Amino acid sequence: MDAQNDLLSTDIEAYLKQHEQKSLLRFITCGSVDDGKSTLIGRLLYDSRMIFEDQLAALEADSKKMGTQGQNIDFALLVDGLAAEREQGITIDVAYRFFATEKRKFIVADTPGHEQYTRNMVTGASTADVAIILIDARRGVLTQTRRHSYLASLVGIRNVVLAINKMDLVNYSQDVFNRILGDYMNFASGLSLENIVAIPMSALAGDNITEKSGNTPWYMGQPLLSHLETVETKTVDRTAAFRMPVQWVNRPNQDFRGFSGLIAAGSVKPGDVVRVMPSGRESQVSRVFLDGDMPFAVAGQSVTISLEDEVDCSRGDVLTGVDDPIEVSDQFEVTIVWMNETAMLPGRSYLLKLGAKTVVASVTALKHKVNVNTLEQVASKQLAMNEIGLCNLSLAQPVAFDAYDKNRQTGGFILIDRFTNETVAAGTIHFALRRAQNIHWQAMEVDRAARAGQKDQKAFVLWFTGLSGAGKSTIANIVERRLFELGKHSTMLDGDNVRHRLNRDLGFTDGDRVENIRRVGEVARLMTDAGLIVLVSFISPFRSERQMARELLPEGEFLEVFIDTPLAVAEERDPKGLYKKARRGEIKNFTGISSPYEAPEDPEIRLDTTALTPEQAAAQIIDALEQRGLLRGAGL
Amino acid sequence: MADLKTLFRRSGKRQREIAEAVGRSEGAVSQWVNGDREIPADLVLKVEEFTGIPRHHLRPDLWEKTMPNAVDEAILAAPDLTHLQRLEAESIHIMREVAAEAERPVMLYSIGKDSAVMLHLAMKAFAPGKPPFPLLHVNTTWKFHEMIGFRDQRVKDLGLELHEWINQDGIARGINPFDHGGAYTDIMKTEALKAALDHFGYDVAFGGARRDEEKSRAKERIFSFRSPGHRWDPKSQRPELWNLYNTRKNKGETIRVFPLSNWTELDIWQYIYKESIPIVPLYYAAKRPVVEYNGMTVMVDDERMRIPDGQKPEMKSIRFRTLGCYPLTGAVESEADTLPEIIQEMLLTTTSERQGRAIDKDSAASMEKKKQEGYF
Ligand SMILES: Nc1nc2c(ncn2[C@@H]2O[C@H](COP(=O)(O)OP(=O)(O)OP(=O)(O)O)[C@@H](O)[C@H]2O)c(=O)[nH]1
Ligand SMILES: [Mg+2]
Repeated sequence: MDAQNDLLSTDIEAYLKQHEQKSLLRFITCGSVDDGKSTLIGRLLYDSRMIFEDQLAALEADSKKMGTQGQNIDFALLVDGLAAEREQGITIDVAYRFFATEKRKFIVADTPGHEQYTRNMVTGASTADVAIILIDARRGVLTQTRRHSYLASLVGIRNVVLAINKMDLVNYSQDVFNRILGDYMNFASGLSLENIVAIPMSALAGDNITEKSGNTPWYMGQPLLSHLETVETKTVDRTAAFRMPVQWVNRPNQDFRGFSGLIAAGSVKPGDVVRVMPSGRESQVSRVFLDGDMPFAVAGQSVTISLEDEVDCSRGDVLTGVDDPIEVSDQFEVTIVWMNETAMLPGRSYLLKLGAKTVVASVTALKHKVNVNTLEQVASKQLAMNEIGLCNLSLAQPVAFDAYDKNRQTGGFILIDRFTNETVAAGTIHFALRRAQNIHWQAMEVDRAARAGQKDQKAFVLWFTGLSGAGKSTIANIVERRLFELGKHSTMLDGDNVRHRLNRDLGFTDGDRVENIRRVGEVARLMTDAGLIVLVSFISPFRSERQMARELLPEGEFLEVFIDTPLAVAEERDPKGLYKKARRGEIKNFTGISSPYEAPEDPEIRLDTTALTPEQAAAQIIDALEQRGLLRGAGL
Repeated sequence: MADLKTLFRRSGKRQREIAEAVGRSEGAVSQWVNGDREIPADLVLKVEEFTGIPRHHLRPDLWEKTMPNAVDEAILAAPDLTHLQRLEAESIHIMREVAAEAERPVMLYSIGKDSAVMLHLAMKAFAPGKPPFPLLHVNTTWKFHEMIGFRDQRVKDLGLELHEWINQDGIARGINPFDHGGAYTDIMKTEALKAALDHFGYDVAFGGARRDEEKSRAKERIFSFRSPGHRWDPKSQRPELWNLYNTRKNKGETIRVFPLSNWTELDIWQYIYKESIPIVPLYYAAKRPVVEYNGMTVMVDDERMRIPDGQKPEMKSIRFRTLGCYPLTGAVESEADTLPEIIQEMLLTTTSERQGRAIDKDSAASMEKKKQEGYF
């Protein structure tokens, strides 16, 4: 691996010293399908002699077998390592490769051009300093070129190499090069890329990769590798204010308590005053530690810090300096890249991971999405896979953060689906919509406990879910009558009625269904605040929305009642004739027919209506409430 | 003492941004940065505020050092982190995430150089405490004897807990590397590993694999999910953004975590050298008895070795680039008996380290297939 270096054979110790001091550059290749990204990386590895003899022999054999380049080597096969990639001749997922020259060490991520695999491109880009954006000289700037440029800019890459490739197929024409460069610069002026260097190239033939090519005498710049060896990138900021998200509290024995994490910005040394955020408690650093004490540590190092005082600090908190305090909020404006087949719906709740902190979050508003071709802002109700949108986000609890522009590690987050556990989005924080410190809840003397006490009851929500025609309303009505007889104060929220009034502006798209349930959940909560028992009878087909409603209420005050009726039985009953209409296609998005119903996995009460009469079902619910102590007086 | 140019670079602020912040042209800022012109006295405090560079560095002729709250001189003067320091920090960060979020983590310890580095990093990550997970060694019973001795000593020295797992059924059936080829690896390694993980109920297992080893590894995430039955699906890996790892798994899923993903073979050796990490002596050249077997030079580690007809063990100065089951591990002839010599040999060699492993030779896609079936 850099066998050219003489020191290697003459003075190995000196060589190692030199190698150790090399800086590290992480870059990606991106751009549209088939523009030659993988070929370029293969070529770079080959030309910088990073390929071992046995690997080369295997490559030659593979190239012949695949036959994509006739008798010649197909350099893309060096990086396209999965069987499916080699069969289809495309890249599906990121490949990480490593090489070094005398000046630098490189980690390169070769990303896929296909739109379908955009999230894999973002995966590679999120840790890169430089992006090489390839363009096929015959085809010019394409949608995918723009999308990748936009994403590179979004994740904070400022240095771009515009590799105008396949110049061998356009006679190394300077006109073609200039025209494409002009097109690109026109587009890129709308992005926050700063240093764009264009190079005419042939990845296949090796022009302007490691050496200047005789085929492009008009090109005055450096070949790609020299540029990569010298390009200056933004380094981690050690003069900035100190930030360290606490990953792990290290407490091996009574005498030692340390807070472990990777320093995200600034530096720290014994004696520094630090603040634990979001709580804001202060203390002094007593030790900075890894496997021994350190005089100081800087951004980029993983350390353990112990403090003078026994302050409360746990995983997810952030240790910060006192000069430039970190912000704390529970509402943000953010940009997100949606990465999942199931679209993002405002109102639905997700898990957000920022640093070492995971909290429940939901998108309260999708302000617009971005057309990556024109950079126009487009109004939308949802974000589909690979779309980018500007949103407002609301968190269940305040977190410490910086704007992403200021720090990638304290300002970048992911969203996780709470049921499939998939990573569904990547996001960057712009700013807080309000500072959490400034919110003061109106403290009420007459509070919810007082109101329920006055009625001598406990307030809670009975949430009936099930298919249309399952028997929700029938059973709920009987239950409410029984409660009334027991002297309880209650109210009923029924799907059909609420849709006629409060929610008459909503339809039946997935997005509207989410909003429908959100409003009903909030109304139910207000009613329990008033001390009432609330019976909610809604199809509420999605698990995540029912979960969201559940979280609006204190633990134990939300009871999910699953009216479990098989689709065939409900359809057979069809009290309102809706199933027949849905089958005829007259009703769109009908639950069970053309829109999914996600049955509860763990409801508090489950009733099989094929085996029970409505009266029996209602009696079972009353029994269950009694057992839980919910029908006793407020004080008991 | 770091020069002004370095301080400006480290501030993370671009010349354009500085120019904007203090209301001067980019050209003027570039002159300050390059030391061609002094920063006007009335702008020094603004520049300090925006870049964090203390005033006595910006204009040493105007300000004395020792500002309260200023960043320590030693910190400004210290060199940039090296790539090894960065790799170390990344690996430790990964291990702590697992410790914090996994229910029952375990570290796969295979006794080789990568395991040695991984274990060393784990000790650092949780010092002064011990790593909050045990080690697991899947023993095929055909490992070099020196490996087992080294393993037991290491575990004792560090005071750690190690579980050894042997596929007893395979032993009873007499499965061995001579007669059973590919099936041997399957039964004694892959199947054994799966059984061990299921038996102990581990949900997250650290492995020492590196992306530079082989082309399907180059494609793998640091947190690599396995479906129930331990299958890897390379076509639908979770996105992995920044250093934010989503460790939430569905019922029956497990995770393999590779904290050394971004290390190269050279990084491993250089780190072992720098940190004086103990490794199995088989990595160093010494005279050892060998025969030619299966196109490789194989060490006769015990009487179970099937010596091909017409051969007698010969004493040769050899060493190993990688360690595994002795009948399947090829030695290289070498005189290198110090770390620098080993590194030198490695850098000058023209073949990859995996060439010494019989397991990778079967077919181009063999590693991907093995991993889909649950091999580490
Ligand atoms: N003539 C010519 N062909 C090239 C050049 N670079 C790449 N190719 C060919 O273009 C085709 C696609 O190359 P890849 O390297 O697989 O393209 P990619 O951008 O990695 O494709 P995806 O990763 O699937 O998006 C192959 O047939 C290459 O041989 C070039 O400079 N000149
Ligand atoms: Mg490709």
